[in-house]
Amino acid sequence: MPISIAEVEHVAWLARLALGDEEKQLMAEQLGRILDYMGKLREVDTEGVPPTFHALEGMTVPLREDVARPGLSPEEALAGAPDRVGDLFRVPRTGETEGEGA
Amino acid sequence: MAEVRLPGGGRGGVPAGWEAVIGLEVHVELSTASKMFCHCSTRFGAPPNSQVCPVCLGLPGVLPVPNRQAVELAVRAALALNCRVATYSKFDRKNYFYPDMPKNYQISQYDLPLASDGYLEIPVGEGSKRIRIRRLHLEEDTGKSMHAADDIVTARYSLVDFNRAGIPLVEIVSEPDMSTPEEARLYLEKLKAIMQYCGVSDCRMEQGSLRCDINVSVRRPGEKAGTRTEIKNLNSFRAVERSLAYEIARQVDLLSSGREVEQETRHWDEAAGCTRTLRTKEYAHDYRYFPDPDLPPLVLDPAWIEEVRRSLPELPDARRERYVREMGLPPYDAGVITASRALAEFFEETVRAFPQPKTVSNWVMGEVRRYLNEHGIDPEEPGDIPVRPGHLAELLAMVDRGTVNMRVARQVFAEMWTSGRPPAEIVREKGLEQVSDEALIEKAVEEAIAANPAVVADYRKGKEKALGFLVGEVMKATRGRANPQVVNRLLRERLGPPGQ
Amino acid sequence: MIAGTVDAIRRGELRARDLVEECLNRIAALDGVLGCFLTLDGESALERAARIDEELARQRRAGGSAAGVAPAGARGGEVSADAALLGVPWACKDNICTRGLRTTCASRILEGYVPPYSATVVERLEAAGAVLLGKTNMDEFAMGSSGENSAFFPTRNPRDTTRVPGGSSSGSAAAVAAGLVPFALGSDTGGSVRQPASFCGVVGMKPTYGRVSRYGLVAFASSLDQIGPLTATVEDCALVMEVIAGHDPRDATSAQVPVPRYREVLGRDVKGMKLGVPREYLGEGIERGVREAIDAALGAFEDLGCVVEECSLPHTEYALAVYYLVAPAEASSNLARYDGVRYGLRVGAGDITGMYSHTRRQGFGPEVRRRIMLGTYALSAGYYDAYYLKAQKVRTLVKRDFEEAFSRYDLLLAPTSPTVAFRLGERTADPLSMYMADVCTIPVNLAGIPAISIPCGESEGLPVGLQIMGPPFAEATILQAAYAFERATATAPWRRGVGSNG
Repeated sequence: MPISIAEVEHVAWLARLALGDEEKQLMAEQLGRILDYMGKLREVDTEGVPPTFHALEGMTVPLREDVARPGLSPEEALAGAPDRVGDLFRVPRTGETEGEGA
Repeated sequence: MAEVRLPGGGRGGVPAGWEAVIGLEVHVELSTASKMFCHCSTRFGAPPNSQVCPVCLGLPGVLPVPNRQAVELAVRAALALNCRVATYSKFDRKNYFYPDMPKNYQISQYDLPLASDGYLEIPVGEGSKRIRIRRLHLEEDTGKSMHAADDIVTARYSLVDFNRAGIPLVEIVSEPDMSTPEEARLYLEKLKAIMQYCGVSDCRMEQGSLRCDINVSVRRPGEKAGTRTEIKNLNSFRAVERSLAYEIARQVDLLSSGREVEQETRHWDEAAGCTRTLRTKEYAHDYRYFPDPDLPPLVLDPAWIEEVRRSLPELPDARRERYVREMGLPPYDAGVITASRALAEFFEETVRAFPQPKTVSNWVMGEVRRYLNEHGIDPEEPGDIPVRPGHLAELLAMVDRGTVNMRVARQVFAEMWTSGRPPAEIVREKGLEQVSDEALIEKAVEEAIAANPAVVADYRKGKEKALGFLVGEVMKATRGRANPQVVNRLLRERLGPPGQ
Repeated sequence: MIAGTVDAIRRGELRARDLVEECLNRIAALDGVLGCFLTLDGESALERAARIDEELARQRRAGGSAAGVAPAGARGGEVSADAALLGVPWACKDNICTRGLRTTCASRILEGYVPPYSATVVERLEAAGAVLLGKTNMDEFAMGSSGENSAFFPTRNPRDTTRVPGGSSSGSAAAVAAGLVPFALGSDTGGSVRQPASFCGVVGMKPTYGRVSRYGLVAFASSLDQIGPLTATVEDCALVMEVIAGHDPRDATSAQVPVPRYREVLGRDVKGMKLGVPREYLGEGIERGVREAIDAALGAFEDLGCVVEECSLPHTEYALAVYYLVAPAEASSNLARYDGVRYGLRVGAGDITGMYSHTRRQGFGPEVRRRIMLGTYALSAGYYDAYYLKAQKVRTLVKRDFEEAFSRYDLLLAPTSPTVAFRLGERTADPLSMYMADVCTIPVNLAGIPAISIPCGESEGLPVGLQIMGPPFAEATILQAAYAFERATATAPWRRGVGSNG
């Protein structure tokens, strides 16, 4: 069962992926079919079963020493920058539709 | 911008007949040497993109490793705020796109934060009010975007610096327990003091090491909560207070005239003194939180947490109580002095050298604070105060002994502030010793009386205040150095009581 | 094989530079058709190899081995004369960062990207004296099971160039199978080292999760990804594993478990080993030819004195669904950073939202876009519980199945793939059918356990891979069993030399 075009558009917005109309249709169908397949999981009783977010049992996060070390030079940091002004990355302004998250 | 009129009366920025419900969300930068998840320096003020590495730039293939000291400081902060510290917490990804976000997700904590259910106390009237803290969690900071505004060419762009990206933050969310703009400011001041005392952060709003967002709604007493708005873009405690006063009045104005408060985020415009709605359409953010697969759970040893608790320094409230109890300071004074750790330590060091706490307190509350305000100094360490405690103690001793009078003492203090020299040196050099030699003063008294017959006549007619003028003349003649008590006494002896 | 090469180089019987040249010549002759490499760094490799030869010669003249062999190359560090991979040429999957050498993940969004740092595994291999020849082709961002999702060109199976080599470590597997390099590194998230190893007839291992550092591996699904070797023989695999495995403080998911000397267990008797064969892996979907080859392999293990028994991993049928929710979900977040701001492709289009959307639309291929959409959907408000969270719970059940099985068996055996290599273009129209290719390999990643694919037969003239799975950190046991099988079948007719093209 395909998901709706509106849902496709919403998800594409969340993922910042531009989609053409034909693509939206195709995506709706393909995603719909894939998600139908995922419906299998409903059959499984997971009452009281904890999720596995980390593959290895009992892993805890190691903490590192608070020591400052030199990283990249500004030149290295900006080496791949598609657009820059001096040592700053330049991007188009946030427009009408982009807002701060926090 | 239409003026918002305050309906008549009201208490502390809240119009009469209404209640405000205020909650604060505060982000505090932790005082670590390196960033939250990488070894880059956190030093303030470095040239753009000079404190970055593959990890905090979000280059392909990098991984985060958490900073031990950041965790410790966060635990310290949580304990100092009376929170329950979780021995098991985890990191989650908060997903959203923004140019200052290197990964377009922020590593934060969502459903299992580091700490919860704490509180702090603010002074209200004679007593105090408890403001509850819902949660405290660790997260990483974003980079900084500069939106070039006026320049025609650059107006269409933003410039991004990632030095700040990855700096460790704690986010502290209060319950909406505050009721007035002043309470909000007091909350922030207490929070700042506590963070400074614990060495967690320097909490300088102007430098961005403390950031604050406000949630506020109004309602009639007894009614259910009104619609909340969020206020952002606050750069000082004063802005917090002012913006709240404005926003509360705005909401009351809307509701009183039968309109509705829209749930939205508003920016505080410092220059115009008002909150503004954002022109952009408000998209509800779907952060799609999920546990960060690159970071296994954060598990803390309860014994270690206890160790951190034991090593907490004396906190502001405890120190304030100690000043009241052991030094006999009035609670208000004690409160003011202990609000800043640097000031409190300065005070104590001075008292150690000149054990008259009340006198020292007067000077700290008075001259010291005045000069700090005038020079815009917000001291982090006692050393940030240009006058040394030892020198102030000396000066107070000199006043006590009668070597200088109060007026001269203030002059000397001014010189101490700018030059950092000890008082004795200044007094000696400028010949400011108090003159108590009665023969000398008598001479000046006679001259003043002779030169001002009209004033003397006034005094004889009963005008007490005329004496003050004569005292002033004698002081002038002695270049301010005469002992005022002696001057007073001699004048009175010479002239007799007023009205004769 | 590699160990022998290293000895020869050390003794001066073989010059490292000659070996590199030989590989480069083979690449020049064959790679035009095969499409294994995206980036070749022949000159640096020759230089580095030459330096190694010079230093070794100098030491021999001075009579005896000294400490340092100064290497050349942008990423070179000190190398000792007893370095385990001295002078051995290798190829690196293009989603593993190599400082100063273009790393694209076979995607247009990183087409010109040059990393300023190297992955930990690359540093370790360089410290061991290995000589990197270049970066290999793959499915874009490791999303694929055939090699056809590369944004640039597909890789072809050296055994039959009308067929796929498998994916996503397509170039790495094909390069080893065609004898272009003695070993290569790939990455495995749902089978991406094992499945192409199986299709190409080489050895490929996915280590236990956390066994090998992920620092520098461009993340696809962080809780599933592992880097693994592709080699011609089991011994070579053990050798490379010794070099790349081990704790890395730069990877918080890296295990603190010491690395055994894997080669030491090779040749040990496997008599009495208890081997389970999960019935769910030998069901209807398995091609008959594959089935027969696997059956023969099981027989070989019995002949070696192992106990071979059928067992069950009841939640196997759900593993694919779990994987195709968890992996895209993590990927959707991992790939958010490709936005045209700091590096990579940027497509300007008005404001920043336009820039994001058009950059990502043009930079990502259809499969990547599809998985990002799927993953974003699975995490989005209202669906998180039903999809992502539910999948992670079922994952626990898949994991428990293995734990239960390993309480009774030393190792588990299964086919690596339900089929042999399919033809180019055969499955590209239907994503779901492509996903099915991973049905035997995916559960291993979900559970975080180690597994190897070794050639075990042929069907229709194409290689069949046997998968050997073990409990966490049991790589040594797996290698031991794999080695025993390899030796026992050394003269089997289907065991053609790697380096022939069918």
